[in-house]
Amino acid sequence: MSADLESLEDFRARARDFIRANLRAADPDQMVGPLRNERTDEEELAAVARERQVQRMLFDAGLAGICFPKEYGGQGLTRDHQRTLNQELAGYEYPSRLQAPTFSPCAAVLLDFGTEEQKQAHIPAILRGEEIWMQFLSEPSGGSDVAAALTSAVKDGEEWVLNGSKIWTTGAWWSDWGLCLARTNWDVPKHRGLTVFILPIRQAGLDVHRIEMLNGSKEFCQEFLTDVRVPDSDRVGDVDDGWTVGTRWMFHERMLTNSALVTIPAGMSHGGGTRAMTAVARDAGRLDDPYVRDLVGEARMLEMVDRHLRRRVGEGIATGAMADQSAAIGRLFVGTATARIRSIDFEIAGAAGAAWTADDGELAFAGQDFLMRQVSCIGGGTTEMARNVISERVLGMPRERSQDKDVAFRDVPRSATTRS
Amino acid sequence: MLLALSSDQELFTETTAKLLDELVPVGELRRLREDPVGFDRRYWSRGAELGWTSLLVDEDHGGGSIGEHGLIDLTLVAYEFGRHAAPGPLAVVNVVAATLSETGHGDAGVIDGLVSGAMLATWCLGEPVPGDRLGSLALDIALDGGEVVLNGTKRPVESAAVADHLLVTGRTGEGLTQVLVPAGASGVSVSPMESVDMSRRFSVVSFEDVRLPATSVVGEIGSADAQVARQLEWALAVTCAESVGAMQTAFDMTVEWAFDRYSFGRPLASYQELKHRFADMKTWLEAGHAISDAATRAAAEGSAGAAELLSTAKAFIGDYGSELLQDCVQIHGGIGVTFEHDLHLYLRRHTLDRALFGTPADHRQRLCDIVEAQEEVA
Repeated sequence: MSADLESLEDFRARARDFIRANLRAADPDQMVGPLRNERTDEEELAAVARERQVQRMLFDAGLAGICFPKEYGGQGLTRDHQRTLNQELAGYEYPSRLQAPTFSPCAAVLLDFGTEEQKQAHIPAILRGEEIWMQFLSEPSGGSDVAAALTSAVKDGEEWVLNGSKIWTTGAWWSDWGLCLARTNWDVPKHRGLTVFILPIRQAGLDVHRIEMLNGSKEFCQEFLTDVRVPDSDRVGDVDDGWTVGTRWMFHERMLTNSALVTIPAGMSHGGGTRAMTAVARDAGRLDDPYVRDLVGEARMLEMVDRHLRRRVGEGIATGAMADQSAAIGRLFVGTATARIRSIDFEIAGAAGAAWTADDGELAFAGQDFLMRQVSCIGGGTTEMARNVISERVLGMPRERSQDKDVAFRDVPRSATTRS
Repeated sequence: MLLALSSDQELFTETTAKLLDELVPVGELRRLREDPVGFDRRYWSRGAELGWTSLLVDEDHGGGSIGEHGLIDLTLVAYEFGRHAAPGPLAVVNVVAATLSETGHGDAGVIDGLVSGAMLATWCLGEPVPGDRLGSLALDIALDGGEVVLNGTKRPVESAAVADHLLVTGRTGEGLTQVLVPAGASGVSVSPMESVDMSRRFSVVSFEDVRLPATSVVGEIGSADAQVARQLEWALAVTCAESVGAMQTAFDMTVEWAFDRYSFGRPLASYQELKHRFADMKTWLEAGHAISDAATRAAAEGSAGAAELLSTAKAFIGDYGSELLQDCVQIHGGIGVTFEHDLHLYLRRHTLDRALFGTPADHRQRLCDIVEAQEEVA
């Protein structure tokens, strides 16, 4: 660490002054519930616009991109500065939609593999809130087996022509750029025929379809690419070497909020939080029931452990004390812990979690959130994949046998039908 | 345990681990099963020489820490105790030594004796059912002229049969009082209990009109609540670190077993069903390290969130640690429930620690209290 870095004390004072003078108190609804279907499209777009604005304000105040290099508009500071900012942001609004996947994994991948021109073109714009990025990674043909991507890219002069479909992008309908994994060679084994591209989302040939989730939320999207032309200068990494990029990409994805590139106010968790839980218990009139108190205690326990496990894994990876693949440990815990918290919520709500009136307050959400419980174990890479990574890459246990290792990808057996 | 130790802490940990390897290998632990005391006094003195009993004691009283915080250093010892299922009343001796040092209790000879390992002391906290829940104390400490009179029963009290002094926590009206009782005081009776651990020994200690001069009171009569809370923090930090140590050894043993043991022509470690369970266990283990370290640091720094973190740690490590240990047994199969296999040494240690100083359920209740109190402030 160089001596001329801004001291944590100075940084804290500067961040605090800015935040108190300029940011609004956090919207409590922002902290609760997995993908609740509460906002109209107009409200969602207004929220996105406000977040871009807040990001721009942070940028102008020298508080954006704390751990991004200075040459790309970042602050070039440390994890400790990022943590300090997170602490000062507690209780205030922040650009939640811009963190993942824009800052990590997308910007993180650009920093790792992008050309100088790509980094100059996009990282400062990202930090100014002008570009929101999506991961064009999963496909309808398979979620976990991302290296089996079927979206194809064919070279045509100095351009590539992309065709196929990507899925499970949260908020692609209001986003700007996509980081896209595509197949450029069908005659080699699957990991060796992939290439990564970047492309604008709003363009002819790229249709964004909003998927209705079981709770009515339409934030997840599917994209259809029809002869989308991408200049070769928008290729990230070498041709057919997309898996080198992809491996690192998925590491960044598993880091979630462990990543030093991501801002998340201290004390915020992925799930609903115990504050919502006691609200549920109070609205249910059960906060004096010892069993309910046990459940509330359990939920708080899971939240606290999640927070400190994330910190341990983040520091362990940053200092080299833990392998990069240990990011899957944090991912597995937050998935299962959040799912358990959803179950606890529903248990506390009782019958009102299943059938409610407008007067039932927080109870009204418990059942709907429970229906969406598994999202925490699916999105961002399933917990099953995390378990594979931990056992195979962290503990060194034998890899699962696969049928696609030394076979040209075009000859690998595929599902008979896939969602198109 | 901590990802980054200072070089002094690293040396301290290594020296402790080496001493435990040398003096209490598993063969010795098995022998101690029949030993009424559960450990050799020379072993305890050797550990005391290394600093096991002086880390929370003020330098003016012959103590001192290795790093910035003695409590963090002590949890490094506790972690090694767990990893080795080592004998000896580590938590309670340290709690008494630290309390006497912190409150400036008169008899300096006791602190010296505890620091050197020549003397033993224990903490009498828990009580019989239904008062065995965390925080419910009924033992009566009455003031009678220049004397205090103790009446009540404590259990389980660690190493009470060999302790020279008993630090007794009781109630004087609404407030808490603590008294340092010499083991031989008239009216004190100690009867041994059985325990799940191989080497840790516990007793029921009864106090029947035990009369002592008021100078035996540690701190102020009726206002020891804050001191008792601190003692509980120390005990929880030690117990959690020790539990994580036991989890670590059992996990390491089971990973090794999974690589070595073949069934249907392939190692257990190649079965996805088992690999996924190992992934869960590894996650709980790292989470145990993370929350134990965070709670210890908060307690060491006297931060406002210490009680919440310690209850989180005790609840989590108790519950998820038991799952981990029992799954280690399961993956071993029949051999895992034999006396011959060493796995039970660590299962026993974790099982004991889970139940001491509040069960996971006790601490979940405490967490709910804390959540509510936080909301009232907010």
